[in-house]
Amino acid sequence: MLRDITLGQYYPTESVLHKLDPRVKLLGTLVFLVSLFLIPNFIGYIIATIFLICMILLSKVPFSFMVRGLKAVVILLLVTVIINLFATPGEVLVSFWKFRITKEGIYASVFMMLRLIYLIIGSSIMTLTTTPANLTDGMEKALSPLSLIRVPVHEIAMMMSIALSFIPILLEETDKIMKAQMARGADFESGNLIRRVKNMIPLLVPLFISAFRRANDLAMAMEARCYRGGDGRTKMKPLKYHVNDVIAYVLLALYLAAVIVIPRVILA
Amino acid sequence: MSIIKSEKLAYEYFRRDKDGAVDGIVRALNDIDLDISQGDFVAILGHNGSGKSTLAKHMNAILYPSEGTIWVNGMDSKEPEHLWEIRRSAGMVFQNPDNQIIGNVVEEDVGFGPENMGVPTKEIWERVEESLKAVGMYAYRKSAPGKLSGGQKQRVAIAGVLAMHPKCIVLDEPTAMLDPMGRREVIRALRALNDVENITVILITHYMEEVIYANKVFVMDQGNIVMEGTPRQVFSHVEELEQLRLTVPQVTRLAHELRKTGVRIPEGILTAEEFAEAICRLL
Repeated sequence: MLRDITLGQYYPTESVLHKLDPRVKLLGTLVFLVSLFLIPNFIGYIIATIFLICMILLSKVPFSFMVRGLKAVVILLLVTVIINLFATPGEVLVSFWKFRITKEGIYASVFMMLRLIYLIIGSSIMTLTTTPANLTDGMEKALSPLSLIRVPVHEIAMMMSIALSFIPILLEETDKIMKAQMARGADFESGNLIRRVKNMIPLLVPLFISAFRRANDLAMAMEARCYRGGDGRTKMKPLKYHVNDVIAYVLLALYLAAVIVIPRVILA
Repeated sequence: MSIIKSEKLAYEYFRRDKDGAVDGIVRALNDIDLDISQGDFVAILGHNGSGKSTLAKHMNAILYPSEGTIWVNGMDSKEPEHLWEIRRSAGMVFQNPDNQIIGNVVEEDVGFGPENMGVPTKEIWERVEESLKAVGMYAYRKSAPGKLSGGQKQRVAIAGVLAMHPKCIVLDEPTAMLDPMGRREVIRALRALNDVENITVILITHYMEEVIYANKVFVMDQGNIVMEGTPRQVFSHVEELEQLRLTVPQVTRLAHELRKTGVRIPEGILTAEEFAEAICRLL
């Protein structure tokens, strides 16, 4: 069962977004996130909402999957909304005891809430439509200019993709060691937090040792297959821009321009 | 033509105590003379600690000899400019299938070697396809390696080596972690490669049943080659093999015991069929 866990939260289906080059999606997500902080008023939010709805429809991922990521931050959302609601000074609408709700407070909390929700949905769209392997490939290619200033881009990407592929193996190993230690009387479930953390030691030590051993074996296997870093390496699945990717870049630029210009023009 | 040849090959390493001070010198390999021809199916047998894995690592230039020389495809492994060419011509498959799979998808893993060698993209795909077909794993090319059985993972690892177009494949106990089914799969794939593609196979193992297909067997003990010959020649020395803590196949052992009690059955019987034939002739 541990073998069946999905890494990240990739949702396998065939859609225009799934087929886009990972670099487009990386940049697109970045642009969308930045745009959320450039929006001056609700007109901007309307544009962002339309854009986001279009992306959700294009991705063909069920909406429930997008919302899943929100569950983790419900408390954060509530706290921000409440603080913004009560702590923003301005024109008082309702007041009771020591609390005052202002018009500005309502605006601020609604905007903050939308901003946070859009941040999370926006980035989930990327992880839902891109496999982790594809994502690391995209990062390697997108960041490759950095290798000119001696940032080991290829090595970082390689480490990320190896780490990803070893997560299920190490999870399985954890499960095995846990059972073995439980059979010897180890207790992972009772006691307070400190006690429990202490009880993890007989799990972590063997896990680390085996992880290092695996790393050593893997390094040897990679060398035996002529691995010598990124120089002179070719790609089995090279990233290439297609027509769709170019269109996506254009749409992205249009969106950014719209978000910055339209609200300001209308206000003026 | 000899693909792997060694003369007076020796390998020593320092044994250290827990403070890191040198405690003694271990001579893992001792004056090994080998000559393996292109197209051979060679088995190297030995108990744990006999030096067989150390020898295997010399064939891929992962370790370098302390004394003597080893030539892989005519290249001296000590010369750094030959390193990558040696690793390309003598591919290596290790024991633990989980620790040698690099890709997230079977086909990506097989493509890893050619990618490192700088093979053009189109050719990588051709090589991946032919290698996966050669080991019978083409149907799984899009699978995640984690979902495969041990025997299938080892076949993927063999395909990964094959995609580098090696002259020779060295396998360091490839079946030690597999169930009997997986062991058969791997050995069948190796025999096919040896027969059809004429690739030299060097199989390091302590399972005697896997050795009967070899055309040359080396038995190692304490860093020395103590026996050498065809499986039939080697297996006719049942007692010596048992002294080296190696167990011969059951039929060979049965025939040997029968011979000791006076039945006139030939030495070095390897398979049940041969045994049945020999018994029939006696009756």
